[in-house]
Amino acid sequence: MNFFSQFGLYLIFLKGMFSKPEKLSVYIDRTITEMNNIGVGSLTIVIIIAIFQGAVTTLQIAYQLISPLIAKPVIGSIVSDSSMLELAPTITCLVLAGKVGSHIASEIGTMRVSEQIDALEVMGINSSGYLALPKIVAGLIMIPMLVIISIFLSNLGGVLAGEASGILTSEEYLQGARESFLPYNLFFALVKAFTYAFIITTVSSFQGYTTNGGALEVGASSTKAVVYSAVAILFSDYLLAQLLL
Amino acid sequence: MIELKDVRKSFNGVEVLKGISTKFETGKVNLVIGSSGHGKSVMMKCMVGLLSPTSGNVFYDDRDFTNLEYFELREVRKEIGMLFQGTALFDSLTVEENVEFTLKMFTKMTKAERRDRVNFCLEQVNMAGINDKFPAEISGGMQKRVGIARAIALDIKYLFCDEPNSGLDPVTSRLIDELLQSITEEFNITTIINTHDMKSVFDIGDDVIFIYEGTNGWSGKVKDIKHSDNETLKRFIQASQFD
Repeated sequence: MNFFSQFGLYLIFLKGMFSKPEKLSVYIDRTITEMNNIGVGSLTIVIIIAIFQGAVTTLQIAYQLISPLIAKPVIGSIVSDSSMLELAPTITCLVLAGKVGSHIASEIGTMRVSEQIDALEVMGINSSGYLALPKIVAGLIMIPMLVIISIFLSNLGGVLAGEASGILTSEEYLQGARESFLPYNLFFALVKAFTYAFIITTVSSFQGYTTNGGALEVGASSTKAVVYSAVAILFSDYLLAQLLL
Repeated sequence: MIELKDVRKSFNGVEVLKGISTKFETGKVNLVIGSSGHGKSVMMKCMVGLLSPTSGNVFYDDRDFTNLEYFELREVRKEIGMLFQGTALFDSLTVEENVEFTLKMFTKMTKAERRDRVNFCLEQVNMAGINDKFPAEISGGMQKRVGIARAIALDIKYLFCDEPNSGLDPVTSRLIDELLQSITEEFNITTIINTHDMKSVFDIGDDVIFIYEGTNGWSGKVKDIKHSDNETLKRFIQASQFD
């Protein structure tokens, strides 16, 4: 019952955001700022995760597949496909749910408990639209970009690990990656990225916006934002795979 | 003028406001007094639209605030300024950006015009020259004054203050009181102040409403408050050591 009432409130929150902006230029400015926070601010962690993700996957695939009967480019093919279909979008977005999600929830939650949201409402500003909409738009633009970067760097990590360990050359890796490449896989990765971006930004904004209490509750909202976003990402991951593959 | 007609508010079946009717006159400092938990803040939140009354109406110069459409409501809200108990300044913005906020959102002023207006508002509250400071870098009293400057940035008609003196030393409290009184007179606005501070009541109040257990326990002129035969009001004043 509590789940349904929370989900209902979440839908009402989403509906409430979409009213005519008080001043479009202010919303655009805020969106650009949020693009910087979400996109540029997450770049370092995405780079680190993507490179190691590709490198470790290459080593593990090689460990399982090394045999005179299997051509080495197959390793590159499996790593690049796994990166595109699952690792880059899902792992990156799970990490972003932690980093971006907790940031959004704690920022909006702190504004709620310190009456800053009430101040916006009294001024006649649609507070949910003003606070959450720029974050959602910024997330929908920047998170797919981060996922594309992650796909590229994951393959780079695979190439580097292959070369460094002597398991396969970069030519063999790229040959495998090229041969197995399907544009549809990239489309699938982007559909996932957009879906996850929407989940991370809206769930976290909602958790922050509905914070009630003080500092402890802000922390609780931040935790809930991460947990609920992660669960929703995994659930939609299964659903999208079932629907689109 | 703001008028409340039989305003009631319940939370989970518990009635906090039990039918309050009163008027707040323009150009006067109207004070709302009463013990904690008796409904002062709930009444103020119903008046500014942060809570919807369970029943009853709030009129802003004959406009029924409780039954306005979203965009009409937004227009009335542009005429409202509010000073929150914790100031509620936007902590990611500088003092100038805080005061400029509503000007940026609701007017077509140029950057230079906005800056002039911000400086004017900050001068009104004796806070000129702190434009680039962040709220965390200034004292509580200064934050309150910046909060007042932000509240009056647009040409408001109604100013609400929730416990403006809470957490301030006596000297700063008096400064804030004087400021609110002078702003009320200068701009001819309807000012409504929630307070526990009886010194404020006697120093700057014109009209007073005493909220007791969610009802209008007593209302009248400040000069009449000490001669009231209302027992609960007498006890409240006695407890404040002002009898």
